[in-house]
Amino acid sequence: MKLIGKCFLLGLCFWSGACASVKPWQREHLADYTMRPGRDPLSNSISEHVWFTREAFAGGRGVGGGGCGCN
Amino acid sequence: MKRRCFFRKSLFVLGSLGVLGGGSAAFAAGWKVDEKLPNLATFGLEGSLPELKGKVVYLDFWASWCAPCKASFPVLSKWQQEFSAKGFTVLAVSVDATSSEMSAFLKKYGGGLPAVRDVGQQLVAAADVRSMPTAFLIDRKGQIRVVHNGFREKDEELLAGQIRALLAER
Repeated sequence: MKLIGKCFLLGLCFWSGACASVKPWQREHLADYTMRPGRDPLSNSISEHVWFTREAFAGGRGVGGGGCGCN
Repeated sequence: MKRRCFFRKSLFVLGSLGVLGGGSAAFAAGWKVDEKLPNLATFGLEGSLPELKGKVVYLDFWASWCAPCKASFPVLSKWQQEFSAKGFTVLAVSVDATSSEMSAFLKKYGGGLPAVRDVGQQLVAAADVRSMPTAFLIDRKGQIRVVHNGFREKDEELLAGQIRALLAER
């Protein structure tokens, strides 16, 4: 059990070490137009509808509903 | 009990790693006020460097994909025209991946500003800028006097004042 724990911790250390921060001058691809979540109005409204249909029963976007998808 | 102890230890290790990571970012190296500007010729920049000796230099790190950089360029061109006779120059250092991106931007917004490209992004890594654009205002002795992060409309007046003050120094 101790060995498994140590292996887990070691793995965790290696995994944590793999994280890298993106420097401000390396953000070319992040700043690209295609990275904008709202770039396509049609796709945006479709995603919004799906999200609303799924989450409306919990009061998603402030509107109540049954989550039946019939709105 | 043992299991709880194990999780505590794991959390401690994770926390320590986080602290170490955060600490290294907080104490990152980079150009600071009152430091001497390093010799730019040793960084393999693409393009010809203007004469900087004895001049007040506005060294600006920019990129074609950076929106505030677009806003800053007309102002930089204005300063170049207004102050160059008094011993001032802008040096626009592009961190673009390709020279075509840089030239397309300069064609549109450049207005004849002295510009070079940091091909291997060595210079910008040495400066370790915190945002795009970041500008370093350097006095006639080659000493960094101001570090300015980002560019907003209201910054124009402030920076122009700092340029005038440095130009007035002898």
